[in-house]
Amino acid sequence: MFGLYLPRTWSPQSHVQPLRRRSAVLSLSPDRTAIFFSGWSNAAMVRRRRMTSAVLEVSDLACRRGGRQVFDNLSFSLAEGELLALKGRNGSGKTTLLRALALLVPATVGAIRWRGADVGDDREGWRRRLAWLGHQDGLKGDLTVAENVAVAERLRGRNPRQAHVHGALAAFDLAALADRAVRTLSAGQRRRAALARVVASEAGLWLLDEPLNALDLPAQEALHDALARHLAAGGLAIAATHATLDIAGARTLELGR
Amino acid sequence: MAFAALFLRDLRLVWRRPGDVAVVLAFFVVATVLFPLGIGPESNLLARIAAGVLWAAALFASLLSLDRLFAADHEDGALDLMLLAPWPLELAVLAKCAAHWMVTGLPLAVLAPLLGVAFGLDAESLAALALTLLVGTPALSLIGGLAAALTLGARRSGALLALLALPLCVPTLIFGASAIEVTATGESVWVHVAILGALALVSLATLPWAIAAALRQAGE
Repeated sequence: MFGLYLPRTWSPQSHVQPLRRRSAVLSLSPDRTAIFFSGWSNAAMVRRRRMTSAVLEVSDLACRRGGRQVFDNLSFSLAEGELLALKGRNGSGKTTLLRALALLVPATVGAIRWRGADVGDDREGWRRRLAWLGHQDGLKGDLTVAENVAVAERLRGRNPRQAHVHGALAAFDLAALADRAVRTLSAGQRRRAALARVVASEAGLWLLDEPLNALDLPAQEALHDALARHLAAGGLAIAATHATLDIAGARTLELGR
Repeated sequence: MAFAALFLRDLRLVWRRPGDVAVVLAFFVVATVLFPLGIGPESNLLARIAAGVLWAAALFASLLSLDRLFAADHEDGALDLMLLAPWPLELAVLAKCAAHWMVTGLPLAVLAPLLGVAFGLDAESLAALALTLLVGTPALSLIGGLAAALTLGARRSGALLALLALPLCVPTLIFGASAIEVTATGESVWVHVAILGALALVSLATLPWAIAAALRQAGE
């Protein structure tokens, strides 16, 4: 704890309030001549940590589609290990925001920065950091589950080992289905295979559009476990979902308000 | 590696569903055989129209499979993965067009001389036919690829694709067909083959960028 000694003319009413807004733990000496700082409140410490270690920063992002302003002045930042859940009604722009973050849709204005650098300056580097799960699963029906995951990895420029692919499949209880053609699977099984592809990518940022679609309870638990492991390893995730993601510390961004 | 992965993926998909290629080749056979059946056994007339008929049928057959070139990836979401792959989309386009040529252009070039026999073409003309199709069909795959990308997601995309691609394929068709005709007059076929090669190279140098731009537009 340290103290800041103040002149006799100092008035607490005019100074303490701005300091309190920063959620610092401050105390005033009995004679009102000194103010003591004994640390930041827990919430403020978390905020400060986020402010200082923001990996992904989105500022003043705006997007127009079909002549309609989908969203504007959108700003947020994510630090390592954080999950942002995008909420909002149908058509509120959740998918558009995800696609804008992936640079699939051009933003009208605004900036997306990764560790301080504009992602548009190095598009290929940015794509290497992304794992994408869209509305559609992105799987080829005539390939097996394992082939789909392996091909996706090769398209990312990686040469996947069989054990790596099977490890990702096992995370979603797909080991027994690894050699089945995707077209023979149910919608939920296909979604699990697409999620296994995301896990196999080992990308730093997961962009997930309705990841819980068609998943049964065990598969939802598997997704929560995979997300928790990804976040614990310092990864980031942004998920557009109507359901609640059971992840501790998940933040929410409400769109369309 | 990523180029090879996409190329091999598309070949594997065709291998798993050979019916798609079989339909294209069957169309080529039926369309060309109808002419000798319709015209009758007039060998001089058949030999004179053979080049045009075989090249036009090859062009139509090639277009037949092109409407699924990117549409399947667009429908199942695999196009997003291509757009998000950390390497140039132009190379991905090239990989897909190369795979398309492997399963349509190449079989058509092999099959055409067999059908040429039904038109009474001599050995030299049959060789010229195979050679011109071998050199000219890559341009058809690329031009058709551009039309397929531009019509992605459109209603009646198959008809639109043909309307867009056919006029652009006219130069290839003219030089491909005339190469076979000149063999009858004793002229060298290599000039026409060189022009076909040049058309294919110009397509190769320009169209992947145009196709990639159209795909990015479709992905928005």
